Formats: sequence, structure tokens, C-alpha cells
Amino acid sequence: MQVQLTVNGQARSDDVEPRLLLVHYLRQRCGLRAANVGCDTTSCGACTVLLNGRSVKSCTMLTVQAAGQDVTTAEGLAADGQLHPVQQAFRQEHGLQCGFCTPGMVMAAVGLLAENPHPTEAEVREGLEGNFCRCTGYHNIVRAVLAAADATAAGMTP
Amino acid sequence: MSILGTRVLRTEDPGFLTTGGVYTDDVVDERLAGACHVFFVRSPIAHARIRSVDVSAALRAPGVSAAFTGADLAGLPLLAAPMPGMIDERMGQPLLARDVARFVGEPVAVVITDDPYQGEDAAELVDVDYDPLPPVIDLADAAGGEAGVLFPDADTNVAASFGDAAGLSSDLFDGCDVVVTRTIVNQRVAPAPMETRATAAVWGEDGRLTAWIPNQGAQGTRTALAEMLGIDPAGIRVITPDVGGAFGAKFGADPEHAVVCWVARRLGRAARWAETRNENLVAMTHGRAQRQTVTIGGGRDGTVAAYRLEILQDAGAYARFGAFLPALTILMAPGPYAFGRAEAVGKTVVTNTTPVGAYRGAGRPEATAAVERAIDLFAAEIGMDPADVRRKNLLPKFTEPHTTAFGAVYDSGDYPAALEKVLAAADYQSLREDQAKRRAAGDVVQLGIGMSCYVEITGPGMEAGGPRENATVEIHPDGSATILTGTSPHGQGHATVWAMLASDELGIPVDRITVKWGDTDLIPEGGGTGGSRSLQQGGAAVQQASRELIDVARQRAADELEANAADLVFDAGRSAFAVAGDPEASVPLARLAADERLFVRTVFTAPGPTFPFGAHVAVVGVDTETGKVVLRRVVAVEDAGTVVNPLLAEGQRHGGIAQGAAQAFLEEVIYDADGNPLTATFADYPFLSATEVPSFELADMATPTSYNPLGAKGIGEAGTIGSTPAVQNSIIDALAHLGVRHIDMPASPQRVWRALQSAPGAAVFSSTGAGSNESRDA
Repeated sequence: MQVQLTVNGQARSDDVEPRLLLVHYLRQRCGLRAANVGCDTTSCGACTVLLNGRSVKSCTMLTVQAAGQDVTTAEGLAADGQLHPVQQAFRQEHGLQCGFCTPGMVMAAVGLLAENPHPTEAEVREGLEGNFCRCTGYHNIVRAVLAAADATAAGMTP
Repeated sequence: MSILGTRVLRTEDPGFLTTGGVYTDDVVDERLAGACHVFFVRSPIAHARIRSVDVSAALRAPGVSAAFTGADLAGLPLLAAPMPGMIDERMGQPLLARDVARFVGEPVAVVITDDPYQGEDAAELVDVDYDPLPPVIDLADAAGGEAGVLFPDADTNVAASFGDAAGLSSDLFDGCDVVVTRTIVNQRVAPAPMETRATAAVWGEDGRLTAWIPNQGAQGTRTALAEMLGIDPAGIRVITPDVGGAFGAKFGADPEHAVVCWVARRLGRAARWAETRNENLVAMTHGRAQRQTVTIGGGRDGTVAAYRLEILQDAGAYARFGAFLPALTILMAPGPYAFGRAEAVGKTVVTNTTPVGAYRGAGRPEATAAVERAIDLFAAEIGMDPADVRRKNLLPKFTEPHTTAFGAVYDSGDYPAALEKVLAAADYQSLREDQAKRRAAGDVVQLGIGMSCYVEITGPGMEAGGPRENATVEIHPDGSATILTGTSPHGQGHATVWAMLASDELGIPVDRITVKWGDTDLIPEGGGTGGSRSLQQGGAAVQQASRELIDVARQRAADELEANAADLVFDAGRSAFAVAGDPEASVPLARLAADERLFVRTVFTAPGPTFPFGAHVAVVGVDTETGKVVLRRVVAVEDAGTVVNPLLAEGQRHGGIAQGAAQAFLEEVIYDADGNPLTATFADYPFLSATEVPSFELADMATPTSYNPLGAKGIGEAGTIGSTPAVQNSIIDALAHLGVRHIDMPASPQRVWRALQSAPGAAVFSSTGAGSNESRDA
């Protein structure tokens, strides 16, 4: 069936199978492969993207459910070649190792900070509970999100 | 000032953060255009004779181009058991099950489709007629053979024996005031890298196979594929895309990888496979899976006179690397202690469960967990502070290699200093005081303080003549450089650190140095990344190649400057040679590369493996009414010699600590009595999340090794080795005053609660609201 939606600011119209998951649409049809599939139970969050600015797990949405809406993936986050403050903080704090969870983790963090710009460490941990990482022990991810919150508070645009 | 030892940010990060890494399932390559998709049909029964496999209905499903069964692959060799002569070679794994399925998740057939969704549909139409056989699940049953055997030809479930259990000394504990013995479980866990397994494979017109596979060393993966496919390794090119974590479980190649390559050849068409998490949790190798009996004896003054470790290792359904793990555990059995006498033996059995392989630490965490638990059991028995028992028994500082009774040669170490450092960093005395207050007040939430001391082996190497690794460094005329390495990062940051090492020698900025790995046509030899070997051998090779390159360039510079080579000095600040006393007469390395390629390939050989060490303290709150454990602190001293990039070394430590802690109180692969896995999805397997761990506290200690010029030992597995017993000990310590002496891992609320119910002192808490109004939220 035909579906129209906006992906990273670009309007698209595609004919998709009704059962096509949003993450597979992004990866296979849009060629946007930052979002990864890490599980099949909506547990790991490697597929997290923003839907109208709120973080969602794109493995748990059908493409057709995103019709008429605005999808942002990690590829759409950096502007003019400049890393987004959250991306910058992940690099600065060494918040990624193998990188597989990273695009989803970054999008979840962006969504978290949009809802709560000044989270405590506990709030960051709770906010990222649905995003798994096997490499970092979450230590530097949490630091990165807190640093991004500070950077944003200091005047950088989120 | 040297760049070494500084917190250089990773050069690989911008790509990961923006477009994402290019993992195997992301690879776009014209050779893979029109690739078919392979979907595995897996056994739903732990042990069954396969009467027939009917693929006819599947073949009629939309998009299905082919289907194959074990019979189609019957001509191919088994995935051989490792260590020929040591492990029973009749227990190797077929690529697809032939007559018998031996674990839930074992591949039985494949369906080939144009689209991956079609494969999932069609796989359900494959009709396999299973005739169930008695499942062998319990380790003790497997060892005794009462429940039947997996391999009738072998007529035993014992895949390997390490040492002679019948030869254990009857007088080992003679003269001890106190002897404590206990059987403990080092449970089976799932490596669960975030990226599951995958393959993309195509055969060229030249008859060669190109395979993209997430792995820990393309060269080892090529060897394994060649063996399973029965072809010459020269006919295979393995390419390693970005790898989304491995933790030991992506070494070599698995049957599924070989099947995908076989399908591509059979159909004359590129083939791809990306497994689901459900498949990953039942069919990627698991880790640990030991039942250990520890016996420890000594004097009431805290001196341990004798220690014995008996290991029963679960290999799962086929003898893979897991079958060999007891050898590593035995090697490290006495850990950092100077026990008067020690013995260790092991036996590996097969069971109808997922095969066991390497998992972060592979054999050494099991050794540390056993001895650290034993020390605490001993301390509890004699009523001494566990820190004091450790103080009494640690090997004193040594600077010359120390050979243990088990043949390990510890290169350098100062174990008492590591223990004192971690106790100070944790403020151990205050913690004990806090604990005493809570105990006196009868708080619902009790404080537990646990510790561990460890020494591990890194960079062991399997080759004769010492562990080694190769590196090539080439300077380009534009002033940039390329490094080829035989190691294979999957999160460790070699692109950054190898560039730092070359930059430090050559004066070329880090961001102008490209590091390449994981292509067997480009780099035919290499040991990959595992056993925490990379920096101490691969990094050392990069440094050595860079230094040798300066020597090669020196002669060219002498010709260029018409000077005596001995009169030239290399100025790393300018990346140029200059004539001593005449800095104007100089020539940059880049120009020396203009006329003729300027590169060096070298092999660094270490005198042996290194033995990093350290000590951990964990602090938990344990709710005595619900059994819930909250991990409050982990303080870690991990001495891995000289640190090249503290930012990345800390990252390795954090990740290791979390993984080890997760084993102590959360993670476990569970089977029911029929061999059905009960933890086959991330909804069921309690994968550690951000809410279950605190931020970690790291204290630094660096005792250089003399085994490589960097002075570096391995850091990748340290956290996992130290944290598991520290956290486990802390949980038991929280309840020690109630008479709890042991709780097996993972210390789930149910296990903790049950331990409390059966503890002698538990009655104190049977009344309501005992003691204090302290919040339950520990």
C-alpha cells in the first residue's frame, strides 16, 4: 500500500507491504542503516528513532503507522557537518565502543533530553532502561547524556 | 611530549554516531546484488532422532528458490572439536544436523528466498519428523551416563579430562585446623553481543569465496570456514565489516556461516543471513557453565595451607571451545595466592544444550570466582575479616617472573598493593562500620561488602615459539600513513590507538593515519582480537614496525642529504630527518616515500603471555524481606601495566565490570528438564540495563611488564574477572551475620530470599518491620 511520510526532512511516498516494519523500511527502502535490529521483542532499543520528536522503537511500528508523520534517524541529526550536542558528548565521553547500540542510544538520549532537559543520573538511567549496551557498562553513556544536558543548558542548541 | 598515555578521542566515532557503523547486514557491494536470503530451520527438541525432513511444502511457498537439509551437506566435514588429542574428536558439530538433533536451536535445514520475510514464512512449512530421545541436561547425569549418551560411538558423555581425579592427594588437607568444602555453580550465560551473527557470501568466477562475517579475526575465520567447507584457505577471502561486539563468541566461524557460503556456491548466487535474537540466544555459543567443588583448609590464624578445585564443565551438545575451558581455569586456579599446596582437576561433559564457547575471560573468571568464594568461605568459618585472610595469603610483590605450581609464569605483580589500594579507595573501614550499625539496628536493607583479588592471563597465543602479531606501516608521499594489523577490533578502538603508537614514533598526526584490518587478501596472517592480546602484541608490532621504518628511511635520507646515516637525527616534531648540527639540511619522511614505497612489515614476538592483576570491592544493599539486591558501588583496581589511552582503557574496564556484575546477580541461561531454553529472547534473558548498575569507581595502578616495549598487559577482560566474585561475595556478606554462607549465581531475589529462609539467623526478620524505618529502596 502507498505510504507518505517525512524522513529526515524529506517527503517520501512509497508502496510498501502492510506488514513492513518501520526499521526495515528505513534500512531497506530509504538506505538509512544507522538504526539497527538487535532483538525481536522490543527490548534492546538499537532501532530507536524519533517520531515527531519523540523516541520510538522502529522495530515495533509498521511503516504504515508512520504515515503522515515525521521520522528522524541518526543520519538526520547532525546539521551542516556538525555533530549534534548529544553526538558530540558521546564522542567526548567515550560513550560508544562497538557502535551497534549507538544510533538508537543517541536518539533515545535526544528524546529523553527533549522531555527532561536537566535529568539526574538516576533519571538518565531510567530513561535509557529500554536501550541495551553490552560494551560500555552504561557508565560513559550516562556521563555523555549528563554532559549533553549541561552543554545544552550552557547555550548550545539541542 | 608523547601522545602516549593521553586521552585521545576515537577517530572512528564520527561515523558510528552519524551514519552508523557498516555491520555485515549493512554491507552494500555490487558483488552481493540480487543476493538470496538464508533462513535456518532449527530443532525445537533437545534430543531427537530425525526420521525425515520434508521441504516440499516450503518449496512451493512464495519467493522460495531452494531448501537444503543435512543430507545435502553430508559430504562436508564436522566442525572439529578444538585441541586434537585432548578433546574427543567424535563430538564435533555437523553443519546441519543429520540423523540426530542434539540441542534446541540446532540447524536442521535451510530455506532460501528472495526476501528475508519470505524465509521466515517458508521455514514454518518445513516438516521435520522428530523421534524424541532422552534428553541429557543435568551435568551430573551427563557425567555418569545414566541418562544416556549423546554420541553412541563415543559411548560416554565425557569429552575431555584434565588431570586425574583418582590421583588427588588423600593427605592434601592434613594438618589443617579448618577445612571447608562446597560445590558452587558458575552458571551458563549468553555472550549476547548487540550485533547478532550474520554472513554475506559470494563465489567469484575464479572459484574463490568472498565472505563478509562479523568475527574477531578474519584469518581464524578463514581457517575455520576452509575446514568446514573442505577447501583450501587460499580459496577464501574473509572481509570483516564493523563488528557489533563479540565477547569471545565471534572467534573463528560457526556452522551457520559455512552453510551460507555453501548455499551461495550451490546456487551460484550471492547469499546473505542475519540471525534473529531468538536464534542468537539459542544457537550462538554460551559461556562459563561450570560446576565447581572447592575445598580449602588452613589454620585459624588465617593461613591457607591447601586448596583444591574440581571442575565439571558443560560443553553443551558439541565439543567446541567450551570443552577446553577447564584447562584455562586449572592454569589459573590458585590465582594470586601463595597457598602451600594446591590441586585442580577437571572434566568436560556434553549435554543436550547449546554448545559452550569462549565468553569474556574464558576460563579465568571461573578460576577467580572459585578461589575468591573459597577464601570467603574459609574466612567465615574461622571468623576473620575476608580482607585479612587475603592479606595473609597473597603472594608478596615480585619483579622477576614467578612460576606457579600449575605452570603459569606470572611476569610481574604486586597483589598486596592492589588490595590495599582498593580497600582505601572504597573506604573499607567506614563501610564495615556502616554495616555494623545496620546489623545492630536490624535494618530491612542490609549492607554487603565483597571483595576479590585476581590475576589473569592475557595474550596467551596458541603458536609455538611465543605469542606474536604482525603489523605493516607505510608512509605515503602526501605525508599520511597506513597501518595494517593482524588484530581485529570490535569496539576496542584500535584505529585510534594503533595510530597513536605510529604517530608517536613517526610524527604523523593521528588523523592522517589509516588503520586497516580484517581482509585476508590484504592481511593474510593475524591472530585477531581475543584473550586481551591486542595492545601487548598487535600494538607492540605497530610500534616495532614504526621504529624499523625509521631505520629504513634513515638510509634513504642519508642518500638524499648526501650525509652519513649516523649523523642524521629523526625529528618527530617535523616528521623529518635532519643532519645533526644543521637542522636546515633535512628531508621529511613523506618525500622519502615519493620515489619508492616506504613501508615495513614486521612481526613482534613476546616472550610469553602477561598476567594483569587487581582487586575489586563491591557494595550492595540486600532487602532481607524480598531478596532484592541493589548494586551500589563497584570500586576497581585493575593493573594492566602501562596504559596508552586512559579514556579507552577505562571504557574496557567499565564494560567488563558491568558484564561481570551481571553474572553475579542477574544473568543466566536456563533450561527446563527437557532441555527447552527458557531464556530465548531478550524479554526472558535478563540482559543488564542502565538501571541495574551504578557508575563505577576506578583507581589506577600500573606495573609495567618487561614482555613488550610498551610495558602493556591486557585490559579487555579484567573487569569481568574481578567483578563477578566481588559482587557475589558482597551479596552473601550482607547476610553473613544471619548465617548465610553461600548463594549461587545469579543471586536473584528468589535465591536470596530462599537462602534467608533457611539461614539459622533468619528468624530475626520473620516478624514485621524489624528494626528500623529505613527505606526499602536500597
